[in-house]
Amino acid sequence: MDEGLRVSLHQDATIPLDVEISCAPGEVLALSGPSGGGKSTILRAIAGLYTPQKGQVRSKGAIWFDSASGLNLPAHKRSAGLVFQNYALFPHLDALGNVIAAMDHLAPEERTQRAQNLLEMMHLSGLERRRPAQLSGGQQQRVALARAMARDPDVLLLDEPFSAVDKVTRTTLYDELRALRAIFRIPIIFVTHDLDEAAQLADRLCLIHKGRVLESGAPSLILTRPHSEAAARLVGLKNLFKGKIAALDGAELVLESGGGQLRAQRRDGFNPGDAIAWAIPSTHIVLDDAPPDGQSAQANTLRAIVDAVTPLGETVLVSILTEGPQPRRLTVTLPVHDATLRRCQTGARVTAHLPTHAIHLMQPG
Amino acid sequence: MDWPALALSLKLGAATILILLPLGIVLGRWLAFTRFKGKGIAEAALALPLVLPPTVIGYYLLVAFGAASPLGQTYQAAFGHTLVFTFEGLLIASVIVNLPFAVQPMQRAFEAIAPEVREAAAVSGMKPWRVLTKIDLPLAWPGIVTGLILAFAHTLGEFGVVLMVGGSIPNETRTISIAIYDRMQAFDDHAAGIMSALLLIMSVLALGVTYALSNKAMRRHG
Repeated sequence: MDEGLRVSLHQDATIPLDVEISCAPGEVLALSGPSGGGKSTILRAIAGLYTPQKGQVRSKGAIWFDSASGLNLPAHKRSAGLVFQNYALFPHLDALGNVIAAMDHLAPEERTQRAQNLLEMMHLSGLERRRPAQLSGGQQQRVALARAMARDPDVLLLDEPFSAVDKVTRTTLYDELRALRAIFRIPIIFVTHDLDEAAQLADRLCLIHKGRVLESGAPSLILTRPHSEAAARLVGLKNLFKGKIAALDGAELVLESGGGQLRAQRRDGFNPGDAIAWAIPSTHIVLDDAPPDGQSAQANTLRAIVDAVTPLGETVLVSILTEGPQPRRLTVTLPVHDATLRRCQTGARVTAHLPTHAIHLMQPG
Repeated sequence: MDWPALALSLKLGAATILILLPLGIVLGRWLAFTRFKGKGIAEAALALPLVLPPTVIGYYLLVAFGAASPLGQTYQAAFGHTLVFTFEGLLIASVIVNLPFAVQPMQRAFEAIAPEVREAAAVSGMKPWRVLTKIDLPLAWPGIVTGLILAFAHTLGEFGVVLMVGGSIPNETRTISIAIYDRMQAFDDHAAGIMSALLLIMSVLALGVTYALSNKAMRRHG
């Protein structure tokens, strides 16, 4: 059964694209990555607002676009709801009118009731007669969502839907989207540059860079354990370094990096001599204020000096410089009480322990 | 006061904007939303009546309407008389001369509609015809009305082209602006004065409505 959305887009001019994406009914897929990477173009190509050079768009088994056969359904014939970044509500119509405008497929007498139901679902009861200019950003956003759902779409597409509203409003809008998702079992694709947002809302995250899918998978995995160094850079992984596999040792391996040796858990596909990139989450480094006594230091324990301490509310960001011929900077996130307990102050001597299980190996480049 | 001349001018103005309403919407919308090679040239050609002396336009229209031209011959074969010195000829001339007055405000009004709003309409499942009636026209109507008012006011005041193409045949081609000229030639200053004042009032009214509408449009889009 081919019920979801399948998209393959390829072109080399103007906006380079080389992506294969699928989204199952009920699945929420986030497209994320740097600006200009082609994320919005992908949504527009699905909705029929942009025609790529080559590719195919299929929804529920129906073909919307196929460059090989020359088929290209116009936007109004594709059953897709799209929420624009700036909402693009019809300025001359009130909230109810905006939703009804997307109900050409229904009998006229059904439209008002359906539109009212949708507005109610979006918690907009009582605001039916307001024009977009008389609604707050969050309310406009909900009208846009209601309008996108009004045509009973087979696919819901959202282009940076939460970027223009404040943080509090955003959180309530997340709930609206979750509610929608529970009611309508359709593929939902949203574009966001906010990776935390992707992690909160999406079942799957596609990192899009320069028109390609760099990595795709569960957001929590991509954000903490990406396969490639490039993806690690895109998700802003801290403590990212280059190195080389020196040897395999049972369930562990030895890696050389920055003039020293570290031990990490062994992983398939990484062999002695291989150049690699490695990273360790800032939350997984264990800091201690007592220096190790001479030779008895356990593996992966480094002496360091606290370089900077930045309070971030509930946590503290501690930047440390390791001692040795090639000092390197590590970022450690500590709960506030932990930082106080360990007397983390600028200039303090500490030891940093890098647990072997927390060291993540990646393909370099 | 030459009442038949005023009636003829009003009739010509009404007929002109009746033709320019659909023509202006089609041309204005096309120029606003379509990108094509030579668009600059098309827009320049459309604006030509704004800068050409009316006598020059009148001359070329006379040549085009004349019995020697394909258009003139076709028209004569179909209706048994030429276009020159007739109301129909005057109407065609009036439509051509007024194209920029009608099309430009309409084009600007269509251009002022945010592209995403029109895209949203398509994504909402509206067929192109519905996008026109439900989105484009309601949002662009101040510009459309402005274009029509300008064309109407300009038709009332048009002199050079009317004289060249229509002459000054009472009840057929003698419009009020020609009548004013006639009265002055006949030293009937009183009649010329009344008719001039009437045209002045109508022009002020037309411009007043036009500016009010463009302010309204600016408030909506701003």
